[in-house]
Formats: sequence, structure tokens, C-alpha cells
Amino acid sequence: MHNEHSDTHFQSRIDNGEHIESKDYMPEGYRKHLIRQISQHAHSEVIGMQPEGNWITRAPSLRAKQILLAKIQDEGGHGLYLYSAAETLGISRVELIENLQSGKAKYSSIFNYPALNWADIGAIGWLVDGAAIVNQVSLQRTSYGPYSRAMVRICKEESFHQRQGYEIMTKMMRGTKDQQAMAQDAMNRWWWPSLMMFGPHDTDSPHSSDAVKWKIKRETNDELRQKFIDKTIPQAELIGLIIPDNNFSLDEKTGHYKISPINWDEFYRVIAGHGPCNKQRVDHHIKFHEEGAWIREAAVAYKQKHVKKELETA
Amino acid sequence: MTTKDAAYTYTIRLGDDALILGHRLSELCSRGPILEEDLALTNVALDMIGRAQALLKYAADIEGKGKTDDDIAYRRAEINYYNHLLIEQPNADFAHTIARQLFVSVFEFLFYTELEKSRDETLAAIASKTIKEIKYHMQHAIDWTLRLGDGTSESHNRMQTAVNDLWMYTGELFEMDEVDAQLMRDGIAVDLIPIKAQWHNDIKTVLSKATLLIPEDTYMQTGSKKGIHTENLGHILSEMQYLQRAYPDAVW
Amino acid sequence: MATDTQLDLWEVFIQSKSGLPYIHAGSIHASDNKMAIQNARDIYTRRGEGTSIWVLPSKHIVASNPDDNDMLFDPSNDKVYRHPTFYVMPEGAKNI
Ligand SMILES: [Fe+2]
Ligand SMILES: [Fe+2]
Ligand SMILES: [Fe+2]
Repeated sequence: MHNEHSDTHFQSRIDNGEHIESKDYMPEGYRKHLIRQISQHAHSEVIGMQPEGNWITRAPSLRAKQILLAKIQDEGGHGLYLYSAAETLGISRVELIENLQSGKAKYSSIFNYPALNWADIGAIGWLVDGAAIVNQVSLQRTSYGPYSRAMVRICKEESFHQRQGYEIMTKMMRGTKDQQAMAQDAMNRWWWPSLMMFGPHDTDSPHSSDAVKWKIKRETNDELRQKFIDKTIPQAELIGLIIPDNNFSLDEKTGHYKISPINWDEFYRVIAGHGPCNKQRVDHHIKFHEEGAWIREAAVAYKQKHVKKELETA
Repeated sequence: MTTKDAAYTYTIRLGDDALILGHRLSELCSRGPILEEDLALTNVALDMIGRAQALLKYAADIEGKGKTDDDIAYRRAEINYYNHLLIEQPNADFAHTIARQLFVSVFEFLFYTELEKSRDETLAAIASKTIKEIKYHMQHAIDWTLRLGDGTSESHNRMQTAVNDLWMYTGELFEMDEVDAQLMRDGIAVDLIPIKAQWHNDIKTVLSKATLLIPEDTYMQTGSKKGIHTENLGHILSEMQYLQRAYPDAVW
Repeated sequence: MATDTQLDLWEVFIQSKSGLPYIHAGSIHASDNKMAIQNARDIYTRRGEGTSIWVLPSKHIVASNPDDNDMLFDPSNDKVYRHPTFYVMPEGAKNI
């Protein structure tokens, strides 16, 4: 083995702030960590299409329907960019999908909660995308080039997602009593799960240290969560939503909000598969993946029949 | 019938085709055969909803009662929707979706190419914007018709079934009534007789290239011009109108 | 029954305005040329990012080996004479 290929050389490249590209030397642990993290991220985007998709056909105005469709389409695109980034690490999309469907790969637990009323679409955009953006902005500086480039593109597209969600919440809070009740109900159900999206406390997070050393992750779970809390609570208060936490307070000295303890039992229960929608989400994915098989086969068969022609005309 | 009444009905009919097809296509979100195709179909759905918005807003303007595009889109009874029966047929499988897209997009391509010359400036402007989108929808539908028709034996059979199943709804695309007649006199509406011949020609070419058979002449279903639909539309509307009807005072 | 696939991997290059270079936008999956162009359009130009698209199957990309970086790229580091700022122009010279 060449000396410069050692893990020390790799670490010094990372420490110098260089980006790693797919053909560069990387320790096996780095590659594995990336595949796990990028694929989990990709699957989250794709599975995340389902709860919002649940309201497309019931969107209450043409404008709302367009926004929601375009937003979900973006999420599909994000899944696609991230699958491509994972593929540069030597894993195929076929394998990635197999791992999702077998349960070997995870996706963000937040999508195992149901979207029950129209305000949930607002809450998802505002809180769930809002939490995701905090994480994604930080990941633009991740050390793996293809992942970082995907995140840059994703962040650009994300900018309208949170705003459209907050706009829905605002409209509902300025609307009828029924609409206000729907908005508060959505707030009550999505607030805590959105805080859990950042993952366990740094002290309990199994993968954090390597990820920080390798600059895959640039900020810790707790740092990111705090950023989200600090910017979101004033937004809620501005439109009259009540934070479903009896004991949160603003620490005037630090400018940070302190919240009640998060219910980590719920977090681990949903991760373990016992959220309201875990089975439904994966079953949906499998169903339409399987129903698509004959279509993909047809496309391949057609190409094989016509490939000669195509090369000639290409 | 005044020209205004005729223009209102004519515009609503076009708007409803876009509205209901946009709805049907939007049902496919997260259900595509591959992620890329999921996004492609969503793009078509978005084009349709955008067109519906433009047409229904124009219908509201013609009517002149201060309604919005949403009032018209969401607050009519089933009998007052005038989309073609073909448009509301379900996404039974991807072959049915593609066959419907093929029949509709080839028709719309021919139709909107003519409507661009309409003496109604608003309709002409909507047509010239929409024709670019339709070209893409048509290319997408033709390419998939070829892949499915000339792909595997399963895809061939499914595509042939879909073409056969939907054929009886295609005759209605070319029906004309007193609304069309009156507006044709004013140089506003499109004459569907030459379009019918061209459509048959184009569809035959695509189907035979896709190794599919042209369905035999059959009885053609009819009714949408009078608001008589298949049972599908009621279900579409009960979903689409749910919030508007449950909370009539709410602004969304 | 054929084994299921996710179709082939393609690389997408987008030109944002005529006259500008084609820049790598990302990848897509597709079975044939037409599908590749359409998918690239639907995925990478949803916000008016492009006026022209190139796609090519990823398997046809030939990439330099990072092991050869010294050999390939270091020799150009000391050839400052290739850059216009290397040359001293007389005071007052214009349009050069
Ligand atoms: Fe997301
Ligand atoms: Fe996203
Ligand atoms: Fe998003």
C-alpha cells in the first residue's frame, strides 16, 4: 500500500478542509458511514412523499394543490439526488431500495406519523422541513463531495418548503374557529416529533464522534436542535400557536429557549417500528415498487430491441 | 344563447378537462414505476392544474359575478362539470394512464394548435402557452406507448387492453353541439371535423409502430357535454371538494 | 422473468444559457436516450436551470485516477507564463 493512502493522510486531507471524491482513498468506516447516512437521508425524502401525498387530492384550492404537488415533487428529486450520491460509493439503487424495504436501512421516523388534517400539511412544511433545513444547511459543508453538492442543490430548493408550510399555518390561524383548531391540533402532534428529528442527545448518539471527526457531520444533534427551537418558538407565538410544552422558557442570558425533556421512549418505540404508520409507509413503497416491475422490464426490453437503431441515430 | 353564454360553457369545458386530468395525474404522486417517472407525471399534472386555473379564471371573468377560479373549480354540482368522459377514467394501471395520456395529448395538440388562431384573444393566449406543454406530454405518451406496446408480452397485452378499454370514450372528443356551432360562426371555437380525421391518422401511426392493434369501431359513449358522467367523477369530486364543502366559510 | 432493475445510470450536463459551458448537474436513471433526456429535463430543469441538456451513460465516463494527480496536475503549477498577469505591460498601454 502507498504511504499517502494511509488513514493518516486521509485524516489530514479532512483536517485541511478538502473534499473527498468517489475515486479517492477513504477508510472503509467512512464509506460505510456515508452509505448509511446518505441512504437514510434519501429514503426519508422518498418516504416523506407519502404523508403529504395523502392530501394532494383534497387540497382546498388550485394554488394549494400546485404548491403541494411541486413540493412533494421536490422531495422526490431530493431522494433522487441523494441516491445518486450514494451510488458514487459503490452501492446501486436496486440495493438501496432492497435495504429500505427489508428494514435494513432506516428513514426519518417523523414520516411514521400520520397527516390527519389539512393543517398537518402546514405543520409538516413549517416544522418538519424547518427541522430538516437546519440539518441540511449544515450538511452543505460535509466532507464528501457528491453528498455536499447534492445538499447545496437541495438547500436551494428547500427554501420555499418551510415558507409554504408557515403560510398555511398562518392562514389557518387567521381563519375560522375550525381552522384554528386544526392548526393547533397539528402543532400539538408535530412539535415533539420534529424535535426528535435531530436524533438523540449528543451523549447518547452512537455515530456522532466518527462523523464529526470525518466532518461528515459538522454540528451535533443538540446544537442543531437548539437552533431550530430558537427560531421556531417565536414563529409559533407570532401567529398565536401554543407550544405544547408547559415548561419551556427563554434564558435571557444565552438567548436560548429551554424546553421540557423529550420523550425518548416514544422516539425509540417509533424507530423500532411501532409508530402509527411504519408498516403502512413501507408497504406502500413495496406495493408500487412491485407494481412498477413490469413497466421497468418493458422499458429494458424495448431498449434491447431498439438499441442498435438508437446507436445509429444517436 | 348569447355569445357570452356560449363562451362561458366552452371555456368551462376546456377548464374541466385540465382540472380533472390534473387531479387524476396527481393521484399518482409517490406511485410511479421509478422515481424519475414519478416526477415526470407530476410535471404533467402541474401543467394541467396551471391550465385549469387560467381557463376557470377566464370563465369566471366571462360570467362576471365576481367568482374566483376556485369557486368554479370546487363549488359546482357533478352535473355542472363538463370534462370529457375519457379524462375521468381511472389510473387502472400504468398502461391505462399512458393510453389516456396518448389519446388526450394527441387530441389536445391538434385542438390547441387550432385554438391558437381563435378570435378570442384570451383563449388564443392560453392556447399558445399550453401548446408547448402539450407537445411534451404528447412526446412522453408516445414514447411510453412504444415501450409498453413493443416491450415485453405482458406490457404489450396490458397496453392493448388499455387501448381497447378506453377506445369507447374517444368518440366524444369530437362531438360538437350548439355551443361549438355558435362560436365557430364567431371564429372563436375549433372545428373538430378535420381534427377527428387527423387524430385517427396520428393514433393509428403510433399504435402500429407500437405493434398494437387499432380497436374496431364500437359504440361511442357520450354525455359529458350535458354533464352526464361515468361514476368516476362523483368520487373525484367528493375528494376534491371535501374541505370546501365541509368548511364553506373558510378561506384557504 | 427478467431480473428487475432500476434502469441504467446516466450523467446529466446542463447549459444554463447559450454560450455557457455544460456543467455536470447530477445523475438520473433511464432505459433509453429519449427517456434519459426527458428525465434529465424533469429532474434538473424544474426551475428554469437550463436551455440545453447533454446526457450520457455513466459507464462511458472515463475519470483520471487520483493516484496520478502528481503527474497530471503538478507540472502546470510552475508555468506561470500561461497566465496573462505574468507579463509586464508599459505604463499607459490600452486595449491589451
Ligand atoms: Fe424533506
Ligand atoms: Fe427535501
Ligand atoms: Fe422539503
